[in-house]
Amino acid sequence: MGAYRLNKGGRINRDKEVFFRFNGRRLKGFEGDTIASALLANNVRQVGRSFKYHRLRGVMSAGPEEGGALFNVNDGAMRIANVKGTMAELRDDMQVYAQNAFPSLAFDIGAVNGLFAPFLTAGFYYKTFMGPARTTAFWMFCEKFIRKAAGLGKASRLPDPDSYDIAYKFCDVLVVGAGPTGLLAAAELAEQGQKVVLVEQDFEVGGSLLSGGRTEEFTLRDTLLKRFEKAGGQVMLRATAFGLYDGLVTGVLERCSDHQSAPEPFSPREISHIIHPQHVVLATGACERGFAFGNNDRPGVMLAGALRSYACRYGVMAGRSAVIATCHDGTYDDAIMLASLGMEITLIDARNKPSRYAKKAQAAGINVLAGKVPVNVAGVKSVAALEIADIDEAGEIKENTTIIGCDVVGVSGGYSPVIHLPSHRGIKPRWEASINAFVAGKTPENIHIIGSADGIFDHQACLDNALQITQKIKGQKTGVKLRRRVPGGMRALFEVQIKGRKLKSFIDPQHDVTSEDVRQAHREGFVSVEHMKRYTTLGMATDQGRVGNVLGLAVMAQAQGLAVGTTGVTTFRPPYTPVSIGALAARERGRHWRPTRRTPMHHMHLAAGAVMTDAGAWKRAWYYPRGDEGIDEAYVREAATTRQNVAMVDVSTLGKIAVQGPDATEFLNRLYVNPFAKLAIGKARYGIMLRDDGMVLDDGTTWRLAEDNYFMTTTTAQAGPVMLFLEELLQRRWTDLRVHVTSVTDQWAGMAVAGPYAREVLAAEFPQLNWSDEAFPFMGVVEVTHRLGQHDITCRIARISFSGERAFEIYVPSDSGAQIWSALADRVNEAGGCLYGMEALGALRIEKGHVTAAELDGRVTLEDAGFGRMASKTKPFIGSVLRQRSSLQDERRPQLVGIFPKDRTKKFSAGAILCTPDAVSGFGEGWVTAVTHSPALGHWIGLGFVAGGAQAWQGKTIIVADPVRDNFVEAEIVSPHMFDAKGDRQHG
Amino acid sequence: MLRIECPFCGLRNHDEFTYLEDGSGEMPALDNIDGEAWYEAVFLRDNPRGMHIEDWHHTQGCRMVLRVSRNTLTHQILSVMPAHPDYKEMFSDSAKSANSAPKSAKAKSAKDGRG
Repeated sequence: MGAYRLNKGGRINRDKEVFFRFNGRRLKGFEGDTIASALLANNVRQVGRSFKYHRLRGVMSAGPEEGGALFNVNDGAMRIANVKGTMAELRDDMQVYAQNAFPSLAFDIGAVNGLFAPFLTAGFYYKTFMGPARTTAFWMFCEKFIRKAAGLGKASRLPDPDSYDIAYKFCDVLVVGAGPTGLLAAAELAEQGQKVVLVEQDFEVGGSLLSGGRTEEFTLRDTLLKRFEKAGGQVMLRATAFGLYDGLVTGVLERCSDHQSAPEPFSPREISHIIHPQHVVLATGACERGFAFGNNDRPGVMLAGALRSYACRYGVMAGRSAVIATCHDGTYDDAIMLASLGMEITLIDARNKPSRYAKKAQAAGINVLAGKVPVNVAGVKSVAALEIADIDEAGEIKENTTIIGCDVVGVSGGYSPVIHLPSHRGIKPRWEASINAFVAGKTPENIHIIGSADGIFDHQACLDNALQITQKIKGQKTGVKLRRRVPGGMRALFEVQIKGRKLKSFIDPQHDVTSEDVRQAHREGFVSVEHMKRYTTLGMATDQGRVGNVLGLAVMAQAQGLAVGTTGVTTFRPPYTPVSIGALAARERGRHWRPTRRTPMHHMHLAAGAVMTDAGAWKRAWYYPRGDEGIDEAYVREAATTRQNVAMVDVSTLGKIAVQGPDATEFLNRLYVNPFAKLAIGKARYGIMLRDDGMVLDDGTTWRLAEDNYFMTTTTAQAGPVMLFLEELLQRRWTDLRVHVTSVTDQWAGMAVAGPYAREVLAAEFPQLNWSDEAFPFMGVVEVTHRLGQHDITCRIARISFSGERAFEIYVPSDSGAQIWSALADRVNEAGGCLYGMEALGALRIEKGHVTAAELDGRVTLEDAGFGRMASKTKPFIGSVLRQRSSLQDERRPQLVGIFPKDRTKKFSAGAILCTPDAVSGFGEGWVTAVTHSPALGHWIGLGFVAGGAQAWQGKTIIVADPVRDNFVEAEIVSPHMFDAKGDRQHG
Repeated sequence: MLRIECPFCGLRNHDEFTYLEDGSGEMPALDNIDGEAWYEAVFLRDNPRGMHIEDWHHTQGCRMVLRVSRNTLTHQILSVMPAHPDYKEMFSDSAKSANSAPKSAKAKSAKDGRG
């Protein structure tokens, strides 16, 4: 008894044996097998356990609609969950494991959920785990056991070792599905000279032609394929069109190496193709569906067409004696083919009038019974017998039943066109009564649905339809519209139920949803199908309800007393079949997740022993440890050296924008809050710009190099947004201004030399310049050509200070950055100075109360940051009106302050909340944005914002609360200018 | 994925662009001190079902601000024009007709036919 392999036939390569393991057991298959066909060939009937109730499940279908044969494949980091055994090709040494079964498939602890079955019905989680703790406590205790038992495959928790790619393709026509309809359309279009790409999810072209079992079908397949390829068409195998998007962009996942036992090294496992066609032809076919009856999920209950697929394509008979239950003529041909291969068959037809094929079937030795339906499957581990009953013309099912012994049951309830892709585009499916199925509604002009995907089920009509569409794409008239019909007609059958008998009849076997669950949802008031779907989880498993959706909707319509198809339908969303996250991310992961930006002096920092850190996409020198210094020792030394002697830092990451043109001055004057109309040539000015809503956008210095030429610097973080904002202003709002802006961030390397001896160091390098305070005052700018070795280098130097010391910023073309840096570093070191990194830069600017991105976070006004007095009262500027909103002028707003710990030995952290001592809770009175150990002051200091600012907190104690680290420090609020408040050092 | 036909660069994926904002309204003049006018322009937006004028910036391309007419219901894009009036002028019918008179005549006759 059971399944077996035929001695001949099928498309498998019998010369090439393939050995694989299922739950550790070594089994044999052939090249051309899927996991499912090989398991059936070995008479493995039970392949897994179900999602909720842990019922034994067998192979149910031969395609992506599979709800039973789902496996974990491979071990360790390579493990893949929920692999559909009906789609996955067999390969040597493949490790296949049943899912959701512990400790073994035969003996399964989780089957205890089956005992809970009366509770685990629709909406179980919603009802059980939500409510007062008193009533849910027991279930909360049970939850972890139930959760552990429920589920599908287990994903690997290790990083994915495989590589993936994204590829782009452009073509005239994309044909999805290489069945007879798609193949013919593709061949015709290619012969017309169109550039055609044909994608097929299977590993062979042919679709239904592969499973027919007749030589002429194989011949047709070969002929069409040859025509297509000869005409220059491109076939993509193992490629699933998973999503159809706006602009006809189609996502196609190509599985490149899962079927190979020894893939080429470095070849991607999967490629996601983003295809841009002019037309999409959807020849995605139709999916056979079953109907619900008692215990219709038992191993051995399969779709009738699948029985034929296994027999004709793989040479595997799924059983020796079958009862095949149908309600239309299509199944007769399947049964006759199976009978010819040796299957003993009883065909029961739900229609009372005998089919026109009945005689032919009987001649093939099939026992044909009309007006009968299956009621219940006997047998627990697999099918042992089928209980059947009479159904009358009115659809009433008689109580008297008979039992027929069998080891496999084939079911066919009709065919559902595969209309997922049009649904992705928002094309609503509509019920087509002539075929008892949903078809896609009206499609746009460049999306064409043909063949059985459009509900055209007879072979010749499908081929005619393919030719029509090629004419339509050429712009010719297409002739008569073909009829959607099921040849021979059908009886609509979705569920078989005898009154008074409570049997579990499944409509979504993958998610364990029964017809009773749907009725329960109806009783509890779920009217909308979208709500019913979410409540019962019908159609939400990896098969997206290919088999179950129509049944669920029919049961629901019946419960509501409505006609099937009038309840509406849920929306299919991408992806059509599961897509690895890896294939979507492709190479953009780890350090390739985004581009790495390095300054022109990057290698010099590494050579100097710098520890690097990330600042956005930039790599920046964090600190330069000497000996066994840690970060704290290093940055304190670097900052102290800057204050006492001289030091140099790389500031190339600052945004740089060339603002040029006759109206550049006017442009800057409108942009910045402070006046720029009278900035002299050869001078720089610190400026702040707001957004239209009155919040601070950015700050920086802008240098006037010539009458119509400015060099603007921005913060590192805001370089991109500021550039975009300037372009937007010039192109949308101030279109009369003759100004051009160019991002030159990457063109100029920048470095700052700071400290009391900065001038001496620079004077030694640039003796041609006059370095006196009179000639080169604070905010002075000079441009000089500097000869270094063989090169004349343009240097832009401005006397600007972020550190608060006497300091100069030097910008040179990026190509010369390393050369100048090297020359200056030598001079700095000779003078007893050092290089300093981000951490010391932070320490210096915090001491001075200079703001950066940590403070200017987009929620801060000029007044909040202490710049209120900079705003011009005589000119309008961006944000000048809305910054006056009363709530933004409220004196109680959090304002920039300095923070000293009362006990100067205490340390606190950025991100801490500032609270009054009597209310250390909630959002407090403010927050800390930055902290450092100040070398100049000798203790920890911080910058932050607190309600009312420093004035309001004079003489008061505040608590710096950091509940996460359990650190509560008493502090006093001081002016943000904690060191050299008057600025004598930078001016002197 | 939306595909935007940039007048300067050609048909491109929307991820090359940055959505800026509603392009149908105008900001008040800079010297307009009416807070209500600014409040309306900065904060209040229509959210139409159907045609919408919106401004996109071709950030990964020519960096031009483009005025796009898009149907928010179907995502169909009807027209893409430079936001700057001088550049828009380059793509206007009269500018085109200078280069290709027959094409423009054809477009005109089609329009007439419809009228």
